[in-house]
Amino acid sequence: MSFVFYLLTALMVAGALAAVLLKNTVHCALALTVVSTGTALLFLNLDAQFAGLAEFMVYVGAVAILVVFAILLTKGSETPKDGVFSRTWLVGLVIAAAVFAVLGWAVMGSVKVLPHEAAVPDVSVLQIGNALVGRYVLPLEIVAVLLTAAMIGAVIVALHERPDQEKEEPK
Amino acid sequence: MTPLSGYLLVAALLFSIGLAGALTRRNAILVLIGIELMLNAANLNLIAFWRYGPHPERLTGMIFAIFSIAVAAAEAAVGLGLVIQIHRHAKTTDLDAMNRMKG
Repeated sequence: MSFVFYLLTALMVAGALAAVLLKNTVHCALALTVVSTGTALLFLNLDAQFAGLAEFMVYVGAVAILVVFAILLTKGSETPKDGVFSRTWLVGLVIAAAVFAVLGWAVMGSVKVLPHEAAVPDVSVLQIGNALVGRYVLPLEIVAVLLTAAMIGAVIVALHERPDQEKEEPK
Repeated sequence: MTPLSGYLLVAALLFSIGLAGALTRRNAILVLIGIELMLNAANLNLIAFWRYGPHPERLTGMIFAIFSIAVAAAEAAVGLGLVIQIHRHAKTTDLDAMNRMKG
């Protein structure tokens, strides 16, 4: 395990804790970008350059901006008077701790060595592109349809209803 | 500790923190942020298994992670659109205050 891995891990865990614990919602969104950047850097550390850059562009470039816009549109940055945690926070904390215990137990009890730990995979963007339009062309088309439908659906859901339309409805 | 189990432990920790955030916060946007953290952890698992698995040249885990990122983007757009519409309707994003199915 390299020094870079431990550094990125510390950054990501601190960012994730900040995203979950901070009171101001805008600060939480910024902490989410820190975690996404850390994940993208870990992808680069794992020799997955394309996935790392895709993660960086989508999460830091698109999802974080969407979250900040949603916070602005819902006035979510105002801290509520009666705390930021729900009434059943203890149950949620216990469930999360139990999930981490089970996952950690499974990881520590798994097979110690995989055969290709030392070999660095040599994968170019050309190979990824060929795979995307060759073997994985059907999932690619389905994802394209899904993204289009999701964007149109999001716009329709978030459209502002005009008051004169509401008056006309009950005829 | 092997490199793979190190990455898997980091992903498990990130997933648990995201789950704790999604289960304990009151603001609906913060719940979505917790879900994004959990998706990040899943992507990290996919890439780690791709890197240390037996056939990295077949690109299965990498392509899976790329599709997962695309689906996460769609999920975020629809989820935040729903939150905005709910805020317009109920004038709040507090999940504890949303206790009615009727509009």
